[in-house]
Amino acid sequence: MSSETHGSMARHGAPDWAWYLGVPVAAGAWWLLYTQLIPFSEWVTSLVPVAPDSHTGEAIAFFVYDVPKVLLLLTGIVFVTGVLRSWFSPERTRAILAGKRELAGYPLAALLGVFTPFCSCSSVPLFIGFVSAGIPLGVTFSFLIAGPMVGPVGLGLLYALVGWKIATIYLVFGFSIATVAGFVLGRMGLERYLQDWVRELNAGPPADLPEERLTLVDRFRIGLEQVREIVGKVWIWVLVGIGIGAAIHGYVPEEMMLRVMGGEAWWSVPAAVIVGVPMYTNAAGVIPIVEALLGKGAALGTTLAFMMSVIALSLPEMIILKQVLTYRLIAIFLAVVAAGILATGYLFNLIL
Amino acid sequence: MKTVKVYGPGCKRCEATETLVRDTASKLGIEVDVEKVTDAKSITMAGVMSTPGLSVDGKLVHSGGVPDAAKLENWLST
Repeated sequence: MSSETHGSMARHGAPDWAWYLGVPVAAGAWWLLYTQLIPFSEWVTSLVPVAPDSHTGEAIAFFVYDVPKVLLLLTGIVFVTGVLRSWFSPERTRAILAGKRELAGYPLAALLGVFTPFCSCSSVPLFIGFVSAGIPLGVTFSFLIAGPMVGPVGLGLLYALVGWKIATIYLVFGFSIATVAGFVLGRMGLERYLQDWVRELNAGPPADLPEERLTLVDRFRIGLEQVREIVGKVWIWVLVGIGIGAAIHGYVPEEMMLRVMGGEAWWSVPAAVIVGVPMYTNAAGVIPIVEALLGKGAALGTTLAFMMSVIALSLPEMIILKQVLTYRLIAIFLAVVAAGILATGYLFNLIL
Repeated sequence: MKTVKVYGPGCKRCEATETLVRDTASKLGIEVDVEKVTDAKSITMAGVMSTPGLSVDGKLVHSGGVPDAAKLENWLST
């Protein structure tokens, strides 16, 4: 997912009391809508003149049920995350990490990666800001991997669409990969593969700006702003993802799924990782696909590998980081994270 | 005449910030020279870690988002 930095909003619009009233009312309305999803989708499906147990009927039912469900969940999760993240900032995270010993740094960086708001367009200044503050390169990588890998949108949707067991497995392994990959990268002494100007750079001291005091209403505003921005940006990916999921759900025969994405085929895990890299979508777009794959009997390890690869290894992100990392370092970074994903994939295909 | 620099690689928020600066300045009747700094190196050297950042007459006043309109008026008019 793409997380964004926040700023205080202009003091205009609704008065405070409207927020204190509006947020609980909106939450109640959200809940009411969410409980009506099944009757609603059944009603819509019944309007379509297609036999419900035909391929097309099943695909339509999947689509009609998932679209409002995912959009509702996305809105709720982005709002709550936006409010929670208003307590964090990249500057504060840097201050916390700069003071830590290296070993404790990795898991802490991964944890802060999940909660710190930053948009991928500022990952370059953020990267340099971290490294020039003396945060080890590996710890910085842990931070950068965890952000997208175990983002709240992906986890929340996985929980609601696929179930808590798989969501928990994903959380534990996503977090471990971020921590361990950062540690491994840190041990490799990769500083010499940074771009020359980054190594020579003595970045200016971090801007010492006065902390902004935010009221609860300010935080609500930030949450709403995030909803507007993120949902406005990713809804199209959500529709595409659910469309693909619906096609899989309706048309792909189970025996074919077992052959291509079953646990027996050894090559299915690396293939899933390779297919996932150029796929650039938001977590919200990929989880409906995951839901459909698992429903058709795809192996858990292969599916997890696919999902992690799509979310955590993205080509556009790499292109942005090219400004600070040499191709060699990017390749090593990709290889280490991909190795972690492969290991996770094989592990789950083996034990399940 | 104020010199304002907007630090950011050119994402939507950076543009929104630039527009806000120009609008606020013309509303207050202040002449401003707005410069967009998009180069990663210069952004970092200025001490900006989360973009967009904003400096007025060489002093960094804000980073990490579109600034608050009321605060912006304050920075521009003092």
